[in-house]
Parts: sequence; C-alpha cells; structure tokens
Amino acid sequence: MTASNKNKTKHVSYKKWGYLFLIPFFLVYGVFSFIPMISTFYYSFFENYMSGLKEIGPTFVGFDNYIKLFTEGDLLKYFENTIILWVLGFVPQIVISLILAAWFTDTRLKLKCSGFFKTVIYMPNLIMASSFAMLFFALFSNNGPINLILMNAGIIKEPFHFMSSTAGARGLIALMNFLMWYGNTTILLMAGMMGIDTALFEAAEVDGATPSQVFSKITMPLLKPILAYVIITSLIGGLQMFDLPQILTNGKGGPDRTTMTLIMYLNNHLYSKNYGMAGALSVILFLVTGTLSIWVFKAITGQREK
Amino acid sequence: MKKKVLSIMLAASVMATMLAGCGGTDASTQTEGKASTQAENASSSLEEGKVVNIYCWNDEFKSRYEAYAKDLEEKHGVTVNFVIVANENNAYQNNLDAALQAQESAASDDKVDIFLVEADYASKYTKSEYALDVVGDVGLTADDLSQQYQYTKDIVTVDGVQKGTTWQATPGLFAYRRSIAKEVLGTDDPAMVQEKLSDWAKFDEVASKMKDAGYFMLSGYDDSFRAFSNNVSTPWVEANKIVVDDNIMNWVKQTKTYTDKGYNNKTTLWAPEWSADQGPDGKVFGFFYSTWGINFTLLGNSLADAEGEKAVGNGIFGDYAVCEGPQAYYWGGTWICAAKGTDNISFIKDMMYRLTCDAETMKKITLDTQDYTNNEAAMNEIASSDYSSDFLGGQNHIALFAEAAKKIDMSNISDYDQGLNEALQQTMHEYFEGNVDEQTALENFYQSAIEKYPELTK
Amino acid sequence: MKKTNQKASISLQIRRAISYIILIILAIISLFSFYMLFNNATRAHVDIQRGFSLLPGRSFARNFNNVINNTTILIVRGMINSIIVSTCTVMLSVYFSSMTAYAIHVYDFKYKKFAFNFILLIMTIPTQVGALGFVKLITAMDLKESFIPLIVPAIAAPAVFFFMKQYMESSLPLEIIEAARIDGSNEFYTFNTIIIPLLKPALAVQAIFGFAGSWNNYFTPSLVLTKATKKTLPLWIAYIRSADFTKFDMGQLYMMVAFSIFPVIVVYLILSKFIVQGVALGSVKG
Repeated sequence: MTASNKNKTKHVSYKKWGYLFLIPFFLVYGVFSFIPMISTFYYSFFENYMSGLKEIGPTFVGFDNYIKLFTEGDLLKYFENTIILWVLGFVPQIVISLILAAWFTDTRLKLKCSGFFKTVIYMPNLIMASSFAMLFFALFSNNGPINLILMNAGIIKEPFHFMSSTAGARGLIALMNFLMWYGNTTILLMAGMMGIDTALFEAAEVDGATPSQVFSKITMPLLKPILAYVIITSLIGGLQMFDLPQILTNGKGGPDRTTMTLIMYLNNHLYSKNYGMAGALSVILFLVTGTLSIWVFKAITGQREK
Repeated sequence: MKKKVLSIMLAASVMATMLAGCGGTDASTQTEGKASTQAENASSSLEEGKVVNIYCWNDEFKSRYEAYAKDLEEKHGVTVNFVIVANENNAYQNNLDAALQAQESAASDDKVDIFLVEADYASKYTKSEYALDVVGDVGLTADDLSQQYQYTKDIVTVDGVQKGTTWQATPGLFAYRRSIAKEVLGTDDPAMVQEKLSDWAKFDEVASKMKDAGYFMLSGYDDSFRAFSNNVSTPWVEANKIVVDDNIMNWVKQTKTYTDKGYNNKTTLWAPEWSADQGPDGKVFGFFYSTWGINFTLLGNSLADAEGEKAVGNGIFGDYAVCEGPQAYYWGGTWICAAKGTDNISFIKDMMYRLTCDAETMKKITLDTQDYTNNEAAMNEIASSDYSSDFLGGQNHIALFAEAAKKIDMSNISDYDQGLNEALQQTMHEYFEGNVDEQTALENFYQSAIEKYPELTK
Repeated sequence: MKKTNQKASISLQIRRAISYIILIILAIISLFSFYMLFNNATRAHVDIQRGFSLLPGRSFARNFNNVINNTTILIVRGMINSIIVSTCTVMLSVYFSSMTAYAIHVYDFKYKKFAFNFILLIMTIPTQVGALGFVKLITAMDLKESFIPLIVPAIAAPAVFFFMKQYMESSLPLEIIEAARIDGSNEFYTFNTIIIPLLKPALAVQAIFGFAGSWNNYFTPSLVLTKATKKTLPLWIAYIRSADFTKFDMGQLYMMVAFSIFPVIVVYLILSKFIVQGVALGSVKG
C-alpha cells in the first residue's frame, strides 16, 4: 500500500520532465514548420502569383486552384509517375537490403570483410544527388560507355537513347535511387534484426530450421516495426522525389512528362511564385502522403495494433 | 589510436569553426548595423553611397569590370560588391526580384545599384519601374550611345526609352569545316560557301549533299533554332495568348526532316555529344554559333589535346571558317541596368560609359579577349584592318560580324522569350526523337508554358 | 548424422559464395562512382565532353588551380560554412531527437500517446509543402543570409526521433534511470551524463545520415543564402554548373565535387565503426 503510494507520487513528480523534454521539439516545429505550413494552406485558396515583377492577387478564389489542378493539369499522371518511380526503385532496394541484412547478421555465414562491405555499400549516399545524376547522365548518354559496351557486345546496333525512352529514363532514375539508398536501408534493417533475441535463432537452429524458414518464420514477423519504419520513410521520400529526375531530365520530366514527379510539378509552379497553385498542390500532397503512410502502417503492423 | 587522434582533431576543428561561426554572425550583424547608420549619414548629406551592389549570375562581367573599369572605384570613393547568384532553377531572378522589391526599405548600402539581365528576359525588368532610363536618369547622351548596334538598344528599349546598355554585340553566324566544304562543295572560301547557304532552300540542298557524302549538315535539334526564332513576324505572346509563329514551325519542320533523313546527328545543345561533334572526330559540316562561341567554345572543342598548344596541328585547329548563314540572328549577350533607388548614379554613368560607349576601351576588349564589342566605329576599324584569326584559317571574322550585326532585327521580342523558347525546344525534342507526335508535343509545350506563366492562355 | 552435417556445410559454402559474389559486385558499383568522380577531376573540360575514360587525365593541376584561384568562388569559406551548418544541424538533431524520444520512452503523462502520434503524423509531411511559407517567414523574421533557419529546424526531426525511440526500446532498460534517481541525480543531468553516452551507437548512425543529408542539401540553403561569404558548397557547385558557356568547365566542376566530397568521407569513415558493429533496434524482446 505504502509502496504503491510512493510510486504514484514519484510518477507525479517526474511527469513535468516529460513535458519539459518535449518543449524544444514542439517549439521549433511550431515556428519553423507549422506556421509556414498553415500559411501555405491559407494561400491555396487564393489566386496569387508573379507576372514579371507584378504581383497578381492575392484574390480569394475558394477551391478554384484545386479544381484547376484536377481538371487542367495531369495531376493523376504525375502521381502515377511518382509511384511508379518509387516502386521501381524500392522493390529491388528492399529485397536486396533484406538479403544483405540477413547475411550480415547471420552468425553461421560468418562473412569475411563484412566490415568493409557494410562500409562501402552506404557510400553512394554520401554523393550529392546532383553529382550522382551528372555521373549517370555521362555513363548512359548516347555515346556513353554503357551504349558502347552494349554495341560492342552486339546487343544493340544503334546507340539506345536512354533519356528519350520512358522505360529508359524511368529505369535510370529507379536504378540511381536504388544505389543511393539500399545501403541506408540495409543498415536500418540490420539494426532491426540485431534487436531480435538471439535465443530465438538458437532455438530454431536446434530444431533444424533451414535459413529460409528462420527468415520467414522468425526474422520477418519480428522485423515488422522496423520494416514499417523503412517502408514509410521510403514512401515519404519517394513521394518527395525531386532532385534525381529533375537534374537527369533537366527539369522537363521527359519523355512526354512520364518522369515528372509531383514535387517537380510543384517546382514548376514555384517558377512564377504561384503561391495559390503551389499551396493547393502542397495540401493535396500532404493528404496523399498522410493517408498512404497511415494505410501502410496499418497494413504492416495491423495484427500488432490489437 | 590513429583514428582516435584523428577524431579528436576533427572534433576540435569543428568546435573551433563553430565558435568562429557564432562569432562571425555577431560581427557581421554589428557591421551591418554600423553600415546602415553610416549610410543614413551619407544620404542625409547627399553624398554618393559608399557601396555599389552589382547583381549578376556569373563572373564574366566581374572580370570585364576589373580589367577595364576598376579605377573608377577610386575616383568615386566607392567599393563595388558583386552579388552573384547562380542561374540554376531560376534562382538568380528570384533573388533579384526579392531584392528589388525590398529596395525601398533596404539600407542604402544594401540596395541594388546595378543588375545584369539577358535578352531573353530583359523586358521583364525594362518594362518595370526598377530599371532606370540610361539617358534621362543615368545621364548618358544620345551621342554616347550612337555607336551601339541598333538591335542591342531595341532589346532594352520600352516606349522609346532605353533602359540598359551592353558592351557586347553577339551576331550569329554559321561556322563550317573548311575541309568538308572543299570535299563536298568544291570550295572553302567563306564568300562562295555563303552563296550556297544564303537561304533555307539552298541550305537544305547542301544538307542532302552532305548526307550523300557521309557527313551531317548539323549536329542536333537545337542548332538552327535561334536563326528561326529571331526572325519571327509576331512576338511569342499577344494579349496574353501564346502565338506559335510560322517561322518557329518552320524550324520544327526542318528539324524533323533533318532528323528523319539523317541530316543531323541527333544531339542536343551543350550535350557532350554536341561538343564532341565539333572535335577532330566530328562528322558535322557546321554549327550555328555566335561571336563569343568561336574563341571560347568552338576552339576548345576542336583540339585533340586540351593541354597542348593552341595552334595548327592540334586537332582541327584552323579548319573552321565562318559565314553569315541563311538568316541574320543573334545569340547571347548581357545588359547592364541601373536600379531605381540607387545612390551611385554618377559612378554608374561613368562605368556604363567606359564599358559600353567608350570606343577605345571597347576596341581594347576586342583585341585582348576577341569578344565582339558593341561599338560600330571601333568594330569597323578592326574589320578593315589586317586582323585575322589563326583558328579560322586566317579569316578576319570581325569583318563578317560587322556586316551581320547591322541586320539583326529584334523588334518582336516579348517578356516571355526565355521560358517559352526553352519550353518549346524541350518539348519538341521528343517529337524529333519520335516518342510523341507533333500534336502531343505542342500540347506539352502549352502546358509547361502555362505552368511557368499562369496569366497566359493557349 | 554425418551426412546431413556435410550437406549443411556444402549448402553453407554455396550460400557463402553467392553472398561474396553479390557483395563484391555491389562494392565495385559503389566504389566505381567515386572513382569516376575523382578521375574526371583530373581531366580537362573538352576531354570530359568528348567521352568517358577509365584512365586519369593530365589536367589535375589545372583544374585544382582553377578552383583554388577563382576569386569569385570562396571555396575555403564555403567549406567552413558547410562544416558549421552540417555539424550544428547534426548535433542539434541527434541531441534533441534523443531528448524528445526519451520524454516519450521514459515518462508517463497525459498527452504522451497524442504527442507520439502527432510526431509520427508530421513525419509524413514533405518538406517542400511549407517551402513558400518558410521563405516568407524567414524574410519576415529577418533571418535571410543567416544559418539559423538552416540549423535550428533540425531540433524537430521526426525521423530521427522515431529511430531513437526504437533504439531506446531495445537497448535502454528503465532500471538504469531508476538507479540514477536513487542516487539523487537530477533528470536533466541523468539524461546528459548517463543516457546520452549509452545511446552512442544509434547517435552515430543518425549522425552519419544527418551529416550526409545536410552536407549535400541544396534546396533549403538556396532559399536562404545568397551572399558569397555565406554560401555552402552545394551552392557553389550549382554556381559552377550554371556558369556562362564560355566559362563552363566540367573539369572544374568535378574538381569542386571531389573537393566537397572529401570531408564527408572523412566524417563517415570515423563514424562508420558504429555501422560496422551495428545497432540493435526494435521492441520485440519480451
């Protein structure tokens, strides 16, 4: 009785620390993110842009900007592009990362030089996206080394114009995304796997489980929280995809706007400082990302929620 | 152990720079404060401001200024401060716009005094109140400006008021390979070659001959664009409606034909392949180029050994020659504008005079740098001299430029040239490549045009 | 018994071989990008334009001098600016994210669940959403040309928070805090002196991610910084990229890229032992 009472008073006295420790985060978030966001949302209901050096508006137009987005622009097309680009890069990324993470944490496999490999696979992420895009542009250009190799090997006769074919351009962007991010994902998944109690693996080994059984029956289910984190952060990153396709396609999202992502589209509106349209697009982006993230989170961790 | 030492050193240096950084911000805000009080004093006693802020996007003008007009600083007792913002993602204009709009409230030493613009978007500024009249406000006389090429004045003139000046004239031309001309056309003489290229029909004829002989007429899609787009009969936009001129469509037709028939090598402007086509292994007859492109870009690309001597024997040095080509056009150029609200008018006047009106200085610039400058008298003098270029096989190309520059007509320039030219070229590439049909390409063009300029309609 | 052992060992050998092959391929691809960047820094502009080459060029000295002697590009100042911004960003982001995660992990209070869900929700908001408002705000606050709008927002980093929270769940037993309390340690003091050192592996991993991200960030600095003395390296790289065509020099550009990539590699190699050792994440132990 006295003990539990004591505990309770302790709880009360520590509570304030919880709030105290949260202050910096919420204060900074409020000032630097929340206020800008609210003003963005606010402007989405106005016609407001620069024509040369003249400011047009702001004039309240209700939902006009939203209606324009859905009727005049190809919003759905850009959404589709973005998702395709993300999936193309993410699927190989998660598969390879899962395999690598499993190898690195597999105590039976005992890979030599694993330290070297772990160090090296993350390194592409250190290169600026713009420099990385520049490199790829050179490698895959019409008279670049990749075309030369393919031609010398007799696979193609004429240089293949990667950048002017939808599949080529999308494939390149996905490949770059994969190379830049699989190391990061591997590290995160490895961290998740190391958090799993080793006793479980030992028990499985004693029971004679095969590596793939261990992976699907123990590793995967227990990895779900981290997997959800990886998928959601990657999804958010994917929906924000901008600099790679922007630089690789010189901002035009070609061919035929098939690599134009949502943020590139947003960026086009920033050219004329179109606060109205950019605001409306931002709101839609926010809704889409939020909904998708929650949906993914529920889908993956659904059972655990209960 | 080594690693540990390294990390301690790193941590120490990081701490040091952080401290320095914090100190730095304090110091700079302090000096800013000081500067503004000084400035207030200055303006109250109606003296010339102490700092001249020049907004530009690269260091080209800076090096011209430092070589030919730096002494003016002492005369006027000012310091020149270059605010250089890269063009990428429209950042230069965005920053300049923000600075101009804050002009009234800015401390006088933070105000924009001079800004530079390119022809493609010059009218955005010359039509605004932010660019000053170089005669009425700055104080240059009509006589001072009389030797400037007309087109360089037209581009920055609004309702008869000239609002900027430039030190360059940039007439376009067609640079061709002498060896290929001899082989296919039987002559490499610029006048004779010009005769065979003097209109587009003849140009097409030569193109087909080039193809038969195993060469390309042009390197890529964009090469001839400016020769067409500078000769339109209507501006890009009339009453907020986008007008695609017939001559622009002629470019589309020509380029599509050239692409389908293999008259060009399917490159794009400034792409590595395009540059490579200008080198020793190139199979391309010629390139539409402008004054500045000859000695900077084309020369560099023509060499076999970049580190070697720039002389005959290195790659195809000496194999190029220039002629006017089918239509007069210009490409490039930078204009100087004085910003409203500046407190350095007398400095600006002297500098504009020195760099854009003074025949002696401009002649010197041309002889020093081979840049073609904006002074008819000075250029005619060089044209009629025995000046010649080794790179162009002994041709006096200044004489050719002097002829071409007079013919340029830029009366159909609009506020939207930069954005619309860019959008059209980019969307049409896909049509040339065969990925989309002409209609889709045009639709894509309109769409990106309206994204850039929400006030426009199809 | 012996036979199955043998079989198992053969299959292990095969799996090992496959893993080595794939790892070696991936390592080559990774390192090749760096090789190409550094290699191009030794080549002249026209050579780079003319095509790809595996062999180094002869223009290293020229490119290096062009970058170093360029009076417009304040490369050393840019390097220092980048170091200040990235280091401050990383420190604030890992320290305060840990603090936020600690608050939610350790304490019980009424709005705990709400705070947690709220942070997860805002993690899903793309940064660009607020970009326009952000520029208006910092202009109004007179923070243009200042590092503050680049550094301070790092305090609220939801993704780092989430990572730290997960790490605490797997590796930070509450007993340690109880023990500290019995010793009469103040909560804030406990967090700084006892908890932070325990979080080191996770902090290091997030520091690498954060440093690379901030070091290579072009978007936000381009909205905030225009003065030459304030610019960070990515802004200078963009500057070289948009140089006038007569001055455009790929050799110089690659040299600049190589130059700017060096510090981040050093930081990475120093911290990479934490990546090699790995950190354990997750809440699945009990």
